[in-house]
Amino acid sequence: MQFTIAISGFVALYIFMLAAFAGWVIIGHVPAILHTPLMSGSNFVHGIVVVGGIFALLNASTVLEQAIGFFAVLLGAGNAAGGFAVTHRMLAMFQPSGKPSHAGHGHARARHPKKG
Amino acid sequence: MMTIIPQLIIGVTDLAAAFLFMYGLKRMSSPVTAPSGILVAGVGMLVAVLASFLYAFNIGAAARPFLLVNIGLAVTALLVGGGVAWWSGKKVAMTAMPQMVALYNGMGGGAAAAIAAVELFGNKAGGVTQLVVTLIGALIGAVSLSGSLIAWAKLDGVISKPFRIRGQQVFNALVASATVGIGGYIVCVMQGVITSPVATPDLIYLFFGFALLFGVLMTLPIGGADMPVVISIYNAFTGLAVGLEGFVLQNPALMIAGMVVGAAGMLLTLLMAKAMNRSISNILFTNFGAAVKHKQG
Repeated sequence: MQFTIAISGFVALYIFMLAAFAGWVIIGHVPAILHTPLMSGSNFVHGIVVVGGIFALLNASTVLEQAIGFFAVLLGAGNAAGGFAVTHRMLAMFQPSGKPSHAGHGHARARHPKKG
Repeated sequence: MMTIIPQLIIGVTDLAAAFLFMYGLKRMSSPVTAPSGILVAGVGMLVAVLASFLYAFNIGAAARPFLLVNIGLAVTALLVGGGVAWWSGKKVAMTAMPQMVALYNGMGGGAAAAIAAVELFGNKAGGVTQLVVTLIGALIGAVSLSGSLIAWAKLDGVISKPFRIRGQQVFNALVASATVGIGGYIVCVMQGVITSPVATPDLIYLFFGFALLFGVLMTLPIGGADMPVVISIYNAFTGLAVGLEGFVLQNPALMIAGMVVGAAGMLLTLLMAKAMNRSISNILFTNFGAAVKHKQG
C-alpha cells in the first residue's frame, strides 16, 4: 500500500487558484501601518521553501546536486529564521500595553519606526 | 509499513503547516492580533521542517548510499543558515529592517532557484509540464534573488545612485526575452525535440546567468525611495517561485504557502503603491527620480 499525494493537471490549478484567492482575501483590509510587518511576515511564510530544499538534498545522488541542495537548505533556512526574527521584532511593537483596540492602534502607529 | 507511516506524518504536518500559515497571516493583518500571528506561523514552520527529515525513509535508490552524508549536510545547512540569519535578524537596528527583509527574501528566491537547479541538473522533472513549471520557477526565483540583493544594496547604501543608461528598457527586454528563449530551448533539448550542439548543463548555467542578470538590470534603475514597493514585488515573486517548485516536488504545503504569499504579496504591493499615490508600472519603468529632477531643472 502506498500513500501518495498526486497533484497534477487541473487539480494543481484548482489548488493554486484557491490559495491565491485565500491570500488575496486574508490580506484584504489591512491598515497601512501593518504593510511593512505583513510584508516581512509573508516573507517568513515562503521560508517553507526550506522543506523543498531538504527534500531535494536528501534525494541528491551526485556531488553537484548535493552542493546545490546544501545551498538551497542554507538559503531557505536563512529565509525562515531571519524572517521570523525580524517579523517578531516588528510586531512586538504592536503589543497592546494596557487597553487593546483603539488605544493600542494609536499607540502602535506612534511607535512604528516607518510609515507604511 | 516502513514507508507509509513517515509519509502519513509528513502529509498531516504539511496540512497543519498550510493551515497555520494562513491562520497566522490572517492574525497578522490586524494590529490587535498581529504579535501572536507570527508565533502561529512559526509553529507551522517548525513542525514542517522537523517532519521533512522523514523524507529520508523513502528516497530514491540512487540517493540511498549518500543518505547519511545528505542528512548531515541538511542539518549543517539548517543550523548555519538559520543561525546566522537569526542572529543578524535579532541584532540589526530597527531602521535597517527593510533591507534585512530584502536580504531574507532574496535567500528564499535563491532557495527556490536552487531547488529548480537540482531538478534540472538531475533531470528529475519528467514531462513537459513539470519541466516548464520548473524553469518558470527558476526564472522567477533567480530574478527575485538578484533583484532583492540589489534592493538590499541600495537601502544599505552600498549602491547610492540609480544606474540608468539610454535605451535601458529595450536592453532589459532583450535580456528577458533571451532568458525565456534559452528556457524554451532547454525544454526542447531535454524533451529530445532537437539535439543541441551545446551540452545541457551549460545551457542551464546560461539560463540562470541570464535570469540573475535580468534581476540586477531590472532593479538598478529604480530609486532608493521606491525600494519597499520593489521588495514587496520580489516577495510576491519568491512566493510564486516557491509555489511552482512545490508543484514540481509534489508538495502541497509549498504550493499553498507559496501561492498564498504570491497573491498576498501582490495585493500588498498594490496597497503600498496606492499609499504612495503611484502605480506599479510607474515605479518600475519610469525612472521617477530622474523625471522629477528634469522638471525642476
